[in-house]
Amino acid sequence: MTGNMLLEITGLTKAYPGVVANDGVGFSVGPGEVHALLGENGAGKSTLVKMIYGLVKPDSGTMHLMGAPYTPPEPRAARASGVAMVFQHFSLFEALNVAENVALGMENPPPMGQLSARIREISAAYGLPLDPARLVGDLSAGERQRVEIIRCLLQDPKLLIMDEPTSVLTPQEVDILFHTLRKLSSEGTAILYISHKLEEIRSLCDRATILRGGKVVATCTPREKSARELAEMMVGGEFTTTDRAGRVLGTTIFEVAGLDLTPMSQFGPALKQVSLSLRAGEVLGIGGVAGNGQEELLATLSGERVSAPGTVRLHGQDISGLGPNDRRRLGLQGAPEERLGHAAVPNMSLTDNTLLTGTVRRPLTRKGFLDMTAAKLFAEEIIREFDVRTPGPHVAARALSGGNLQKYVIGREVLQYPEVLIVNQPTWGVDAAAAASIRQALLDLAGKGAAVIVISQDLDELMEIADQFCALNEGRLSPPRPTEGLSIDEIGLMLGGAHGMQEAGMQEVAV
Amino acid sequence: MIGGIDIIVLIATLMAASTPVLLAATGELVAEKSGVLNLGVEGMMIMGAVGGFAVATATGSPVLGFLAGAVAGALLATLFAILTQIFLSNQVATGLALTLFGLGLSALIGKGYEGVRPPQTTKLDFGPLGDIPVLGPVLFGHDWVVYASLVLVGATWAVLKFTRAGLILRAVGENHDAAHALGYRVVAVRFAALAYGGALAGLGGAYLSLVRVPQWTEGMTAGAGWIALAIVVFASWKPERVLIGAYMFSGITALQLQLQAAGYAIPVHLLSMAPYLITIIVLVVLSALHRHGVAAAPAALGRSFHASN
Repeated sequence: MTGNMLLEITGLTKAYPGVVANDGVGFSVGPGEVHALLGENGAGKSTLVKMIYGLVKPDSGTMHLMGAPYTPPEPRAARASGVAMVFQHFSLFEALNVAENVALGMENPPPMGQLSARIREISAAYGLPLDPARLVGDLSAGERQRVEIIRCLLQDPKLLIMDEPTSVLTPQEVDILFHTLRKLSSEGTAILYISHKLEEIRSLCDRATILRGGKVVATCTPREKSARELAEMMVGGEFTTTDRAGRVLGTTIFEVAGLDLTPMSQFGPALKQVSLSLRAGEVLGIGGVAGNGQEELLATLSGERVSAPGTVRLHGQDISGLGPNDRRRLGLQGAPEERLGHAAVPNMSLTDNTLLTGTVRRPLTRKGFLDMTAAKLFAEEIIREFDVRTPGPHVAARALSGGNLQKYVIGREVLQYPEVLIVNQPTWGVDAAAAASIRQALLDLAGKGAAVIVISQDLDELMEIADQFCALNEGRLSPPRPTEGLSIDEIGLMLGGAHGMQEAGMQEVAV
Repeated sequence: MIGGIDIIVLIATLMAASTPVLLAATGELVAEKSGVLNLGVEGMMIMGAVGGFAVATATGSPVLGFLAGAVAGALLATLFAILTQIFLSNQVATGLALTLFGLGLSALIGKGYEGVRPPQTTKLDFGPLGDIPVLGPVLFGHDWVVYASLVLVGATWAVLKFTRAGLILRAVGENHDAAHALGYRVVAVRFAALAYGGALAGLGGAYLSLVRVPQWTEGMTAGAGWIALAIVVFASWKPERVLIGAYMFSGITALQLQLQAAGYAIPVHLLSMAPYLITIIVLVVLSALHRHGVAAAPAALGRSFHASN
């Protein structure tokens, strides 16, 4: 191969018990190239970048960085060689300030005073202003990501790995991030970019390597392919789109008026005067960047938190003082964002997990005792109907991959045929095919006359399935707008723009 | 003298009396800052008390005794670290077991030392400084361990706040997954923090048996380890507030002893439980007033870390 590649990987293999995560993977990245890694969940992208970053050791295969053999034993060594990584789940410390967080990601940080000055300088140069003295816990998701990026940039990386960087950003913030990445790339920094969002990859990346089942199945130039073609290469077959036709809207069945909630945690937002109403058969999409009250909203609607009398009504009945099981009895169900630990108990089997929400609307108990046979049949029904890939209902919830567990959790609620279903981030971290089937299940439920609220950060998803769109920003819910004819730019403005980074970003663009 | 209470003596006593709790609480603060909840402080203290006592009487050297107390506490803490950090046992249960184990083992080791007098720890001589009225007895009338413990608290505060080692320790206690992803050795940091915490608790215990009492009695820590744990929480994990908490607890202890001696008509039982009661009430009130104080707990406190990938 050519000798002037920055990173060359050949025959990289990594096996875990029972699964080969990477099987003879090979690809190369040139200096200044923006290279996309594409694949479904479990295709092996994460394992691959973890090997490049030194968190995981490959079983066999070789890596070369700038022509020299490259075998980082740990992330420190990778950073010393000029490889930096921005994590999908931020590797930040909420109780520490920006400068301290940056210092933790550096090998030999300068004294705090100098470091703070450097942070201001670099962040301004790339249009990502940051105050080094602020606590990370007080920052928005977009600002937190800037901390991660600045931490990488301070070390002059030659290769920057970004794992799903845009999943938490507003559209305007995405624009600014892309502007920064293009600037970096023009200065010769290569970027390895992982994302599920195919349109982003088409607009940003020079080349793409597509992984399926741990193997490289294709390399292409994303600009020359359509998003659909890319999706089909990832899935390895025909890709079904959701069908939202054939729904009749009924009368208003669910109403929320003037709902307030105090913050649930130190850095959490409060809900302020939230109002909404839903008709039977309607899908309401609530967009917004995480941490703006999504969890709080789900908690108050599902009954985990009670609210002032008269604020939540189902069929005209005041349910604001009722707990989750009473609300389930009346036909209102919820599926929280956190799959492990909130929606499902990690160490309990799938059968046991059905009993957590299913005993009210399903005959899973007999004379006050658990009916394990009925629970097992219900679990099997969910596994069958929602195509959950697992050996059986006896498996512990934590053993399922994120996407499979998500299908299970949504299935558990949907198959209880609620009249109102509220879901938070139903397809977060779920691959394209599974996400499509979850969306279709939600639409089918609405087609049967249920009202569905989908809280999500994925705007494309909301545009695809919702009839009405509201933005949730700092605990306030905007008035609904019909999704028909709503543009991404308008949504971005509803979401509160770019949280103060607009100005600097715009100047950069204007220059 | 106010109402039969000598304020100068009270303050001077307070400084010496607070030393065991202050040391133990500072050590526990470091352990908790690294994200580990070690409920075995009481056990580590009493092992330090008996270990220090045994070595001091055998060698005749109080310095070697204090050293041995610290080593005994650190050894017990290392046992705790092995169980919770390597075998991932439950921290609460292991900590409670550690206390019971320490109390039992110390009683066994200490059997032969009952009624023995330890070598005396000399008071530092500050010359004319000790003769200054009021300030002399309060500030310059103590043994070297009192000053060393204050220096240790100051040093711990400075290391946690200003150095890179302190930053890494806090980071590990805040989010161990992120710290691991950045390449820090979470388990190693926690081992070190626990051993340091154990050493300070052992030192505090040795101070009890070698200076405060000074003799060996079974169960002589009498809940000081639990108070040290409570003080860490009430201090919102801040070293300077640990100092205040330890002084308050010991101040009330010293005060109630003087009240008893002055012959006030308050039942002895009420006076004896006053330090514990007041410290706990203050803790609860502060927690209720400052919800921020509770939220100041290291975010990863008490959670087991396992590098799954």
